[in-house]
Amino acid sequence: MVANLLVSTRKGLFEFERGSDGWAVCDTHFLGDNVTLALHDPRDGSDYAALNHGHFGVKLHRRDKGGAWQEIATPEYPEKPAASSEVNPMSQQEREWKLSLVWALETGGANEPGVIWCGTLPGALFKSSDRGDSWQIVESLWNHELRQGWFGGGADEPGVHSVCVDPRDSAHVTVAVSCGGVWRTRDGGDNWELCAQGMRAEYMPPDEAYDQNTQDPHHMELCPGAPDNFWVQHHNGIFRSVDDSATWTEIEEAGPSVFGFGVAVHPRDPDTAWFVPGVNDQKRHAVAGQVVVTRTRDGGKSFDVLRDGLPQSNAYDLALRHALDIDSSGDVLAFGSTTGNLWLSENQGDAWSTLANHLPPIYAVRFRE
Amino acid sequence: MPRVSFTPNLQRHVELPPCEVVGDSVRAALEAVFSERPRARGYIVDEHGALRAHMNVFVNGTPIKDRVTLSDVLDERAEVFVMQALSGG
Repeated sequence: MVANLLVSTRKGLFEFERGSDGWAVCDTHFLGDNVTLALHDPRDGSDYAALNHGHFGVKLHRRDKGGAWQEIATPEYPEKPAASSEVNPMSQQEREWKLSLVWALETGGANEPGVIWCGTLPGALFKSSDRGDSWQIVESLWNHELRQGWFGGGADEPGVHSVCVDPRDSAHVTVAVSCGGVWRTRDGGDNWELCAQGMRAEYMPPDEAYDQNTQDPHHMELCPGAPDNFWVQHHNGIFRSVDDSATWTEIEEAGPSVFGFGVAVHPRDPDTAWFVPGVNDQKRHAVAGQVVVTRTRDGGKSFDVLRDGLPQSNAYDLALRHALDIDSSGDVLAFGSTTGNLWLSENQGDAWSTLANHLPPIYAVRFRE
Repeated sequence: MPRVSFTPNLQRHVELPPCEVVGDSVRAALEAVFSERPRARGYIVDEHGALRAHMNVFVNGTPIKDRVTLSDVLDERAEVFVMQALSGG
């Protein structure tokens, strides 16, 4: 069972530890700073934290195993070629090629130590081969002509927020973009194909609803034990792929709502996944003032609505896309909300305990194993 | 030589005491600072060298005009102050 949890918040990174008396904060890092994401690298024991200082820009820090945090390199966009123009198709405003947010951090495969993937806003993917000491933009995706059609979901500009590395083949990487669908490379990033067939965008004009390049997957996870299986919490529903993202099937019923941001997938059972539903996209809060987690064990045919230990009146928590996680055992889940509540279950969501009620707004929750 | 000072809010990220530098433009003065303290660069300018959106630079009490190439001219007695705007962040 895991013993550590990294909680990224608007005002710092909080580290929870499971002791003999249960889970409690054991350390606090970057107190007062906006920590948008954290990553633990089990290959070498290091940790990464993404900070957004607002005035002073986005920064990345790494803590080597047993060491102290140190600032490392930050992804940098290329200079836009002179006389070239790139216009956001929604706002018709000129796009700036400047980093505004680190929206995904993932380790490369087990056979490529030091490789880290970084998704950013505006929508780009960066790769580091030296543990974040330097970054290279993945030009094949950045220069792909379809990228011009991406637009913002949750922000003015599009962003890459999910990176899934196939445990069978580190060169096989699948990323999700809000709003730009799902993209897959089989050669480590040299070539990309759009893989969102079957996704439906309710927000688009009806004739464009199945346009793969304007889908808004809020978050995507694969099943490590059966990596042809993906789950996506999408802007207007839940989608599943059982054929390595080639096609997607919409799950139309999932408890109180199919709207949400995060998704967790059981590490070995691809039919089992968890979601934290909210009222539709216009309102974005817990349905009926009741915080619940939905769980399917049969590939989306049915869902359990899990409430034990979660507030069931006057609760309007929203869990953001990186704020739900599951450990490698598949038993322990945690999620945090924008109102600073943090819950954890050690029995696959059947019962939840409250770890904190007064944290700053929570952006991301990550088990550290 | 122009004298460059920095908002106290930067100090907890990068130590930046006031300094005198050689430079006849804001760009030249800041580059002189960055050469001594490379980590300061990313806190003040973006990856293309433009002033960050919510930073500002005053020269002798007046905001600079050129936030992109930082071409505002400095004389030998210029007082340059790198500040954090109250907007944004």
